[in-house]
Amino acid sequence: MPSVCLYFQVHQPLRIKRFRVFDVGWDPEYFNDRSDTNLNNKKVLGKVAGKSYLPTNNLFLNLLKKYPELKLSFSFSGILLEQLEKDFPQVLDSFKKLVDTDRVEILSETYHHSLAFFYSKSEFEKQVDLHRAKVKEIFGVKPRVFRNTELAYNNELATWADSKGYQAILAEGWDSFLGWRSPNFVYRPKNTNKIKILLKNYKLSDDIAFRFSDKSWRSWPLTADKFAHWVSAINGNGHVVNLFMDYETFGEHQWEAHGIFNFLSSLPREILKHPDNDFATVSEVVQKYPAMDEVDVPSIVTWADTERDLSAWVGNAIQTSAISFLYSLEDRILKVGDAKLIDKWRKLQTSDHFYYMCTKWFSDGDVHKYFNPYESPYDAFISFMNAANDLKLRLEKKSKGRIRKFDLRYA
Amino acid sequence: MAYKVLMLGWELYPFNSGGLGEACLGLANALSKKGIDLTFVLPRKVDITVDGFRVVFADVDEDILKTLGAYTTSPLWSHIINRDELPPDFVRAAFKYAEKMKKLVKKQKADIIHTHDWMTYPSGVMAKSYLKKPMVAHVHSTEYDRTGGYYPNPYVYKIEKEGLLSSDRVLPVGGFMKEILVKNYGVDEQKIRVVYNGINEDFGKRLPPALTKFKELGFKIVLFLGRITLQKGPEYFVRAAKLVSAYNPKTLFVVAGSGDMDGYMMSEAARLGVMDKFLFTGFLRGNERNQIFQSADIFVMPSVSEPFGIVALEAAISGTPVLVSKQSGVAEVMKNILKADFWDIEEMANKILAVLKFDALPQDLKWESGKEVRNFSWSRAADEVINVYDQLI
Repeated sequence: MPSVCLYFQVHQPLRIKRFRVFDVGWDPEYFNDRSDTNLNNKKVLGKVAGKSYLPTNNLFLNLLKKYPELKLSFSFSGILLEQLEKDFPQVLDSFKKLVDTDRVEILSETYHHSLAFFYSKSEFEKQVDLHRAKVKEIFGVKPRVFRNTELAYNNELATWADSKGYQAILAEGWDSFLGWRSPNFVYRPKNTNKIKILLKNYKLSDDIAFRFSDKSWRSWPLTADKFAHWVSAINGNGHVVNLFMDYETFGEHQWEAHGIFNFLSSLPREILKHPDNDFATVSEVVQKYPAMDEVDVPSIVTWADTERDLSAWVGNAIQTSAISFLYSLEDRILKVGDAKLIDKWRKLQTSDHFYYMCTKWFSDGDVHKYFNPYESPYDAFISFMNAANDLKLRLEKKSKGRIRKFDLRYA
Repeated sequence: MAYKVLMLGWELYPFNSGGLGEACLGLANALSKKGIDLTFVLPRKVDITVDGFRVVFADVDEDILKTLGAYTTSPLWSHIINRDELPPDFVRAAFKYAEKMKKLVKKQKADIIHTHDWMTYPSGVMAKSYLKKPMVAHVHSTEYDRTGGYYPNPYVYKIEKEGLLSSDRVLPVGGFMKEILVKNYGVDEQKIRVVYNGINEDFGKRLPPALTKFKELGFKIVLFLGRITLQKGPEYFVRAAKLVSAYNPKTLFVVAGSGDMDGYMMSEAARLGVMDKFLFTGFLRGNERNQIFQSADIFVMPSVSEPFGIVALEAAISGTPVLVSKQSGVAEVMKNILKADFWDIEEMANKILAVLKFDALPQDLKWESGKEVRNFSWSRAADEVINVYDQLI
């Protein structure tokens, strides 16, 4: 003890192109930007794959060979898997190679990287099923642990995951509900029977994900040796260290030039120097350690910002109006049953669309927190609403078509 | 220490024709509040009362000054020049101002001379040579902006260049203009400090809105407010209006201002078949101006080249959503406003229509820009100006 549990989120959204009011009713494609901007999804994914996914996968494959103790966990959004299948199959293959080692576990999430759980339970369940099917199809595995988009979590979600037979669920190890308790143990969510909860150690996770290249940080530069000492210090005081982060941390958020790959390649060796340390996948952690206490999370906790709530996605008027407009189409779009329209509607649910409309840090000009392919949150909103209105228009046309056919049949 | 500043202006609010008079008053007020001993010189006598600083008048002949206002644009200029080969009235007035200054300056003591735009540069250079004190040139606009780069008046350009090169520091009101000064006037970059304009907080006081009858009938109001001159891009506004009214027929386009292109703007609106959607109010000031802002659903400033665009801050502080051209100083600094290239009429119309259609958008724009605009105080601008004085004295 402790077991180091590394979980990486792999996701790239399908960003909406600049969609003007004049395109409504004329252009059925929302995600096919081919410009030189960061709205070009293929361009962005190609860049991220080249800088991050491919070199990191390659590194991990070597490390898995070198260190039989090393274990990893990944969660892929369906939106990402779809893009990789279409445009970058070689990148998908390199992920498959990792999974084929049998020491890499895959988690369950919503296919569309959405916040559907908080807007429509039935839609949420459909997206989880779509994701399970995609993961089975590509990797041939059935996930046993659930993580929700942006690590958004509350008691209700845990109850749902428990009822679906998941062994564990992931959440931010946030002080507001943990109090004096440590995230370095396994807990039981309130109102559940069997499921356990794994909590992100945000201090140690963010040391890598956010602070690694920060020269003003007192612990800079971060070496694998130093980090392994912090992990080992938990011995006797915890069972597990959950290091949860975006996979783009390696090579995209933290650059190769700043030494992130050197750090990563030395990390297993340094961690394993202490005889009591080991690595575990998410479900291994659940099997290995008992739940120490119950955690009660009545309101939503996420892994974002100092607020750790959903305010980065649905904190202002444009965000809330956009998301409620989208979900207001649910009944009709499912009733009409046009697969293409439903697919577009689901792709508009990806949480990133709402994140781009966040005005919270906009005035401060904090570009690090505020990576946005649009010129402003308002531009993001305008393109989204125009696209959503195009969808609504197509839906109306379709449903009128249906009624006409219906009328003819009974005429 | 209390610097003595001799500030040379052309106009002062409320005796103004545009943003220059407002900017001068705002800055002079803020500087005097910070302990600057300020004397403001105007070319002619007006019945003005100000707090905290002195106003003196150079008594330039009335007949020369009987013109439109502080600025005019190339069609008018070329018209004058074509008619007679003499320098236009403005240029004569500027030199007359300088002549009068020769007498006036003998009675003045100053540590620094602070000029505002080309009409005051000859006077400034005169004062500088007499007092042997450093001169600061505040640049609110240049002949390049005013003419959109087409046929800048050669006399005005010469006066501007002469004045800028003789100045010890040049203070443009935006970064966009800084580029023009370096590129088109050859001003040494080291001499330039960008000082963004400010806004008076009391501008946003709540008044009963105007045009309530139209609003009751469900009309949306899109506002153009400013001089109707080439620089302000009135034709782009009309073309965007044509697109907007095709999608949202219950929209009223209100044009508040006057200028040498108002006839053109009207005929263009008529040609495009949208004249019935337009309302021309003429030049508005004071409460009328506040009221029109407060009744507008969106304020649009499609300027071809706008050094700063203080009117956008006035709109924001009045709680009106703002759309400005990217070719403006205010677009460089305000984040919570909509922006589009002045020539991109479709994008402008797209954004106007979004504001008119999606209630949440104006709601957030009002709230966020209302908060943000409070950072643009004249007090902050005055601090930056005093910083420049410190370097020179």
